[in-house]
Amino acid sequence: MKPKISFQGVSRQFDLGHGEAFLALDRLSLDIADGEFVTVVGPSGCGKSTAMNIAAGLMKPSAGAVLVDGVEVSGPGPERGVIFQQYALFPWLTVQENVEFGLKIAGVERAERKRTADHFIELVGLSRFADALPKMLSGGMKQRCAIARAYAVNPKILLMDEPFGALDALTRVQLQDQLLSTWSRERRTVMFITHDVDEAVYLANRVIVMAAKPGRLHRIIDVGLPYPRNEAIRLSPEFAAIRNSVWHEVYHQHASQTEQKALEEN
Amino acid sequence: MAKSLWRYFPDPALLALNGGAFAVGLAGWALVTHFGVVGLPGPGEVFSRAVDLVRSGQLPVDIFASLRRVLTGFLLGVVLAIPVGFLMGWYKVARGLIEPYVQFFRMIPPLAVIPLAIVTMGIDEAPKIFVIFLASFLSSVVATYQGVISVDKTLINAARVLGAKDGTIFWRVIIPASTPFILVGIRIGLGSSWATVVAAELIAAQSGLGFRMQQAQLYYDLPTIFVSLIVIGILGLIMDRFLLFAERKLTIWQERV
Repeated sequence: MKPKISFQGVSRQFDLGHGEAFLALDRLSLDIADGEFVTVVGPSGCGKSTAMNIAAGLMKPSAGAVLVDGVEVSGPGPERGVIFQQYALFPWLTVQENVEFGLKIAGVERAERKRTADHFIELVGLSRFADALPKMLSGGMKQRCAIARAYAVNPKILLMDEPFGALDALTRVQLQDQLLSTWSRERRTVMFITHDVDEAVYLANRVIVMAAKPGRLHRIIDVGLPYPRNEAIRLSPEFAAIRNSVWHEVYHQHASQTEQKALEEN
Repeated sequence: MAKSLWRYFPDPALLALNGGAFAVGLAGWALVTHFGVVGLPGPGEVFSRAVDLVRSGQLPVDIFASLRRVLTGFLLGVVLAIPVGFLMGWYKVARGLIEPYVQFFRMIPPLAVIPLAIVTMGIDEAPKIFVIFLASFLSSVVATYQGVISVDKTLINAARVLGAKDGTIFWRVIIPASTPFILVGIRIGLGSSWATVVAAELIAAQSGLGFRMQQAQLYYDLPTIFVSLIVIGILGLIMDRFLLFAERKLTIWQERV
């Protein structure tokens, strides 16, 4: 089957000035299937956010390409929804208006807009707050609103950049369950960046572990646990086993060849 | 509705303190002048002069003349400053071309331009309005430009990934996001316009509150000077509160700490 998202040898280099460059992402190749939920973990500097920004079209690759449905990504577009860690709600718009923002741009007529927005606001459990401004909402509610906003434009894929990173542990667990329930009802291909190993295993079909210096693919681990996921799965020995192996891959990575060379030279 | 309006008034305890401070000040003024500590007119004398000036119609005429100048110049300045500020924030080329001039003219007090304005524009309304225009333009243009360049990049990206193109981003993200900055700039602009109009009238005018004070100075007419000063203060305060109210209304979405 043709992959939904395909990273093909994607590299990204940042110019540091003085003729020096920093390789944030080194030839990442990765296929994500339609409807798959993939999480990406790795130490800071592993290029996971860079990879996501390139897929979102917010950043250009220095080499390689990202294909979505076989078409090369050349800029941002509504078929690829993005959820940011800082929520990025428009503070001057209400929850309802935020969710309708993308639909309005697309020229969807008023009644239809309202119907779609109502549906997704209800799906994330914010119906009572439809007319509230973002400043009235807690962090978790803001992120739920952002998820509804991303869903409203009917994207084929969702790119999520540490969406729950700024939330407390309890809210985070609740939002993970809610995201999975939303995903099971409104199936999309999801690429979810996180630095939390538990979160990565709990949500995903597959966990992509990345390595730093330079940022690159390290290991792909199949989770293989059934959906719907719940507390029983979270506390099961199978979950713990997968979690341990992901943990090991994230925290005990062998130094890369370039790093080893640098060490030898010193 | 009544409740939401009520928010714009300070709480009663604070209001009582304000009133108390005002009464003490007035009493102090009355005492000091009554016992001849300083050779200044007392509150009674100033008040009755104010009544005379209102009755004769001179004060309303002066107020009207000053307000007309300040509002004309101020509005012209703001109306030009906002598009120019957006242009500077949005296009690098415009910024590079305009900013040196803005930064340079900002360093010249608008009043210093008066001699040049009078020589080139005559002694009519034009030079005064021009100077006020300059004062409000310079403070509003910098604020607008600052507002545009400090719009959160994530908000722009969020709009982009929802399908927004440059035009939509400008109207639906840049403008609302920079409104708080612009309103602060406008308020500062009105303050400096007001200061400038009075000073301009002191130098060259045939009407207005500044002109009246200048005349009174010639005749050693202290009560009239006092009336003018107090009226200038009150009008400035009213205009500032009005803008503050508009600012609060328009930026009610801001998270205030």
